[in-house]
Amino acid sequence: MNSQSVSETTALPVVPPPRKRRVRLFALREDIPRPVYIFAGIGFIALVLIAWSIATYGGYISDLFLPTPGAVINEGIEQYRDGILVGDAKVSIYRIVVGWGIATLFAVPIGLLMGNFKFIEGLLEPFIDIVRYMPVVALVPLTILWAGIGDQQKFVILFIGTFFQEVLLIMDNVKTVPQDLIRVGYTLGMSRLEILRGIILPAALPGIWDTFRITLGWTWTYLVVAELVAARNGLGRRIMEAQRYLATEQIIFGILFIGLLGIVTDYFFKITGAYLFKWTKER
Amino acid sequence: MSQPKVTVQNVSHRFGSATSGLLVLDDVSLTLADNEFVSIVGTSGCGKSTLLNIIAGLIEPQAGDILVDGKSIDGPGRDRGVVFQTYTLFPWLTVRKNVDFALRKSKLPKSERQALVEHYMGTVGLKGFEDSYPNQLSGGMRQRVALARALVYSPKVLLMDEPFGALDAQTRGMMQELLLRVWEEHRITVLFITHDVDEAIFMSDRVVVMTARPGTIKREVRVTLPHPRTYEVMTTTEFIDIKHTIIEAIREETLKSMAVGMG
Repeated sequence: MNSQSVSETTALPVVPPPRKRRVRLFALREDIPRPVYIFAGIGFIALVLIAWSIATYGGYISDLFLPTPGAVINEGIEQYRDGILVGDAKVSIYRIVVGWGIATLFAVPIGLLMGNFKFIEGLLEPFIDIVRYMPVVALVPLTILWAGIGDQQKFVILFIGTFFQEVLLIMDNVKTVPQDLIRVGYTLGMSRLEILRGIILPAALPGIWDTFRITLGWTWTYLVVAELVAARNGLGRRIMEAQRYLATEQIIFGILFIGLLGIVTDYFFKITGAYLFKWTKER
Repeated sequence: MSQPKVTVQNVSHRFGSATSGLLVLDDVSLTLADNEFVSIVGTSGCGKSTLLNIIAGLIEPQAGDILVDGKSIDGPGRDRGVVFQTYTLFPWLTVRKNVDFALRKSKLPKSERQALVEHYMGTVGLKGFEDSYPNQLSGGMRQRVALARALVYSPKVLLMDEPFGALDAQTRGMMQELLLRVWEEHRITVLFITHDVDEAIFMSDRVVVMTARPGTIKREVRVTLPHPRTYEVMTTTEFIDIKHTIIEAIREETLKSMAVGMG
């Protein structure tokens, strides 16, 4: 015993191995390594694709209900070769840009006014709340009566579907601007209009940008609704047509393609936002 | 004695209703001499911040008047600079542009404007941080920028509402010395709200103790410690005597407010 302990104490000091830092994936609110985060997202999509492949290529599900991934990809290639895809996409994107653009053109100034002036909030919010809960889809027949089945009718649907939600979100964005920033403006001798333009608007802009990103997603949904019901062309129309011929691969491709366009616009706003509002980052 | 810089004349104020609302200030009168540094201390809820906001013109008192250079004020104005307790920098602007923001309304030529901004950034020790964004700065640095922004347009009076209240003790000590140095150099009338008695005595010519709600002026203590002051002054007997008087007065008020369940 004794000799053993002596030999231990005289031995060279053992450098303890660096303690291994365990990566805990499920620590509350903790960050995880970036590659793990990205791999998880890609992996999940891959998993869905694999399940889809097994179900279809394995013959467990009939082509009529769910086509194979290959058939869907072929459908896409064909549509692209025929020029249908680009044509449809152009028409739909044009409607989105104009419809969402008009809604936003109104939502930003009105939202700003509602967020800053209690009177205007009190004046408009009850009305907006009522319209907001009216089902947009149910308004389609009425809009056809008013505006035909051309682009104008799409714009009306997109406007109704987008504006009444967007304006309330922008009002909330404006309200997050701290009162003390506004008070600084007053102490610097600024007028209310100067404070509105010089302080409140720039302070609320990152939030408003995010509202743009979210509302544009909704506009896509309403576009498809509008095109499904009545349209001569567009991505939604293509899906409707496919239903008539039970061309399931055409339906699936249409849905996936709209999803893809949606994610592209989403990332457009995310990336431009991160660039424009670098100052929101903590050190 | 010459005309006071700031006169608070019989100011009373209630929150909410002008007749039945909670009385926060009850007939407060106070004067600040030119270039005087006055601190107001008091228990929380005694209305000291409300008083500062009234002097700033951000709140209109229900009774009484505020005079600056003998003229009654009408809302906020560039004759009074304010530093708030919360961080009030514009996060989308760099330090330099934050300070320059206060000169937007001035008609100075560009070169002079730039020189002023550089001068005050130097005064408060922001060299090397001119192009940083507020989110990249510590609390102490942010309040330096706020101070520079409030000084750069040369207001007659500087109003400070617990500007160092959110800072840690070490940073707070540094900021107190910095502010005192700036004041000794630039000589400006300062009204400083705090609940830190050491801070109040260390920097002031006069410390005003307010009563618990409704706030009135309980006591004024003149601080005759010589300038320039350094933190060492805090251990002198004179300092400690003044501190004793003030703490006694505040304690009385705290007990009173606790007795009626407000504390």
